[in-house]
Amino acid sequence: MGDGRLEVDAISKRYGDVVALRDTTFDVRAGELFGFVGSNGAGKTTTMRIALGVLAADSGAVRWDGSPVTLETRRHIGYMPEERGLYPKMKVGEQLVYLARLHGLSASAAQRSMTDWTERLGVATRRDDDVQNLSLGNQQRVQLAAALVHNPSILVLDEPFSGLDPIAVEVMSGVLLDKAAEGIPVVFSSHQLDLVERLCHRVGIIRGGQMVAVGTVDELSAGGATEMVVDAPHAPEGWANGLAGVTVRRREGARTVLELGQGADDQAVLAAALATGPVTEFSRRRQSLTELYRNVVNQEAS
Amino acid sequence: MPEATRTFSSGEAVLLVAGREVRTKLRSKAYIITTVATVVLLIGFALVMKLVSGGSDATVGVTPQNAALAEPLKAVSSSIGQNVDTREVSEQDGRDQVADESVDALLVGQGDQLRVVVKKDIDENLRNALNVLAGQLALNQEIAQLGGDPAQVNATMAEAEVLVEPLEEPFPYDPQQLVLGIIAGILIYMSLQFTGQLVAQGVVEEKSSRVVELLLSTITPWQLMAGKVLGIGFVGFLQMAVIGGFGVAAALALGVLTIAVSTAVGTVVWLVVWYLLGFLMYSLLFAGLAALVSRQEDVGGVISPALMMVIAGYVVGISVLPTDPGNTLVGVLSIIPLFAPTLMPMRLAMGGVPWWEAALSVGLVVVLIPVLVWLAGRIYANAVMRSGARVKLTDALRTA
Repeated sequence: MGDGRLEVDAISKRYGDVVALRDTTFDVRAGELFGFVGSNGAGKTTTMRIALGVLAADSGAVRWDGSPVTLETRRHIGYMPEERGLYPKMKVGEQLVYLARLHGLSASAAQRSMTDWTERLGVATRRDDDVQNLSLGNQQRVQLAAALVHNPSILVLDEPFSGLDPIAVEVMSGVLLDKAAEGIPVVFSSHQLDLVERLCHRVGIIRGGQMVAVGTVDELSAGGATEMVVDAPHAPEGWANGLAGVTVRRREGARTVLELGQGADDQAVLAAALATGPVTEFSRRRQSLTELYRNVVNQEAS
Repeated sequence: MPEATRTFSSGEAVLLVAGREVRTKLRSKAYIITTVATVVLLIGFALVMKLVSGGSDATVGVTPQNAALAEPLKAVSSSIGQNVDTREVSEQDGRDQVADESVDALLVGQGDQLRVVVKKDIDENLRNALNVLAGQLALNQEIAQLGGDPAQVNATMAEAEVLVEPLEEPFPYDPQQLVLGIIAGILIYMSLQFTGQLVAQGVVEEKSSRVVELLLSTITPWQLMAGKVLGIGFVGFLQMAVIGGFGVAAALALGVLTIAVSTAVGTVVWLVVWYLLGFLMYSLLFAGLAALVSRQEDVGGVISPALMMVIAGYVVGISVLPTDPGNTLVGVLSIIPLFAPTLMPMRLAMGGVPWWEAALSVGLVVVLIPVLVWLAGRIYANAVMRSGARVKLTDALRTA
């Protein structure tokens, strides 16, 4: 209670016979950047829409700071829908002020906030242009400004990085990290797993409407097998065979990639390697989110 | 549920949405142009009416020998509805004036035989007037020869007329009010069409640009729909008041309208009342229906059933009422809510509507509006987030 967490608690949703979400549960802590990943149609957008009240869940609840999210709470959420949208024939500045006011800001506060955010996101010179006359990249920046202009206490962004150029990705990442540093929960979905791994404190993987993994990348990879890379130039073929809990994955020239099962002793591996001669590399390779994701999704599929 | 720090009432949300609609629509070129053009058109119409009614139908030159015929010619002409001016000129000047068309005809010759000089041919009405005058002169001559007094006979004849005894006292329709009724019908029809389509296009604009998802994350569908309808309704109301006000003021100032000022003002007030009722009724229908589609191209198709009702009422009214203002069928239709907004203001402007009919038609629409608010709100809320193919009406009515 009162910890500023955004909790998604066992929400379910079906469209006719199609189950979109089944008891989806996760939470985003205050000050945390949470990455929400999953393939297309897995239920990311449906979850976010339910959190924003744009869609009604069949069961389950969304809570913020311990209480159910109401229309009043939603005014404190900054939202970037997957389907980008602004009034095409309305001026950038006017539009942002309007959206800020719809979220409860006074006219003067809305004006100030619009000025701040258009400057910060580099679209200050386009304030008097209609949105439809902006380049796609600038429209994305205005869209982000629309999610931030009312100084939200929660950020929910659906695919904020899609379609951004590298500079804009940096700007967006910076803004999200800053917002999390201010102590608000930030959740965003993305298909760019390396970006999610680099930015997010925790990730959630959704598959077929169910959360299949939630945690830090380290936590998620901890349970699984560990990969090791050993570079022993004089080691003969099959030097590592017979070591307990160790499987040889492949050989890359002089390097051998091994998989260590649960309880396997990496020191025994090192000893075996040294027995063949000099060892120039001996490293543990952490599973990347991409590999983790592939494993989780394949595991479920089989 | 705890109250958040910033409170924000439903009314404020509706007003914010309405405010945006008013600001953007008042700035739109289409709106400004239609308003100004209609005002100019009405004032122009009033000017034309003044020129037509003020001037004479024909000017006839009269030679000094025929000067005595000038007054009888005017009298005879006015008895057949012609307004003829006369001008005394010498025969030579008169012929010149006929040639340059500054007079339509020149009365020449002596006493009993009427002869006119015209440029090419004579206006049919003027010929009738002159024929009646010729007949009159011949008759006078005969009476004088029989020893009677032509002046006395004419006076007696003028008094003789048939007495009509109506079983039901008909309403004396004033031709000016008939014209007023037609104008009222055209205005309300134009305005309902214009504002109704603005509402429908506005709904689809939000849907097709996807901005609706962003809006609905902070306000309810109902607040969005109500704000839109109120905002555009106000814009249309402003237009109607400006057009009606300028039109009536111009007509009264130019002296084209000779009906009482109170009747003219009454027409404008009724026009505004019926515009508001009709707008609320139809724009709710339009908003609900428009929410079913996602592309501007589909708006026309989806709102056409509702639009047909507006058009049907207008067409029936404009084709029947001017010739038969007391038509029973139109009277019945004008009480049915779907047709009332176009037909009732026309009938009211023409006059002769029993008070209970006026009250009943207003009452029925007022009762219908809350039903439409509920119905349209439900369709809108269920359909506005479903983009892509057209949503079936039955699906939209079912609970989402």
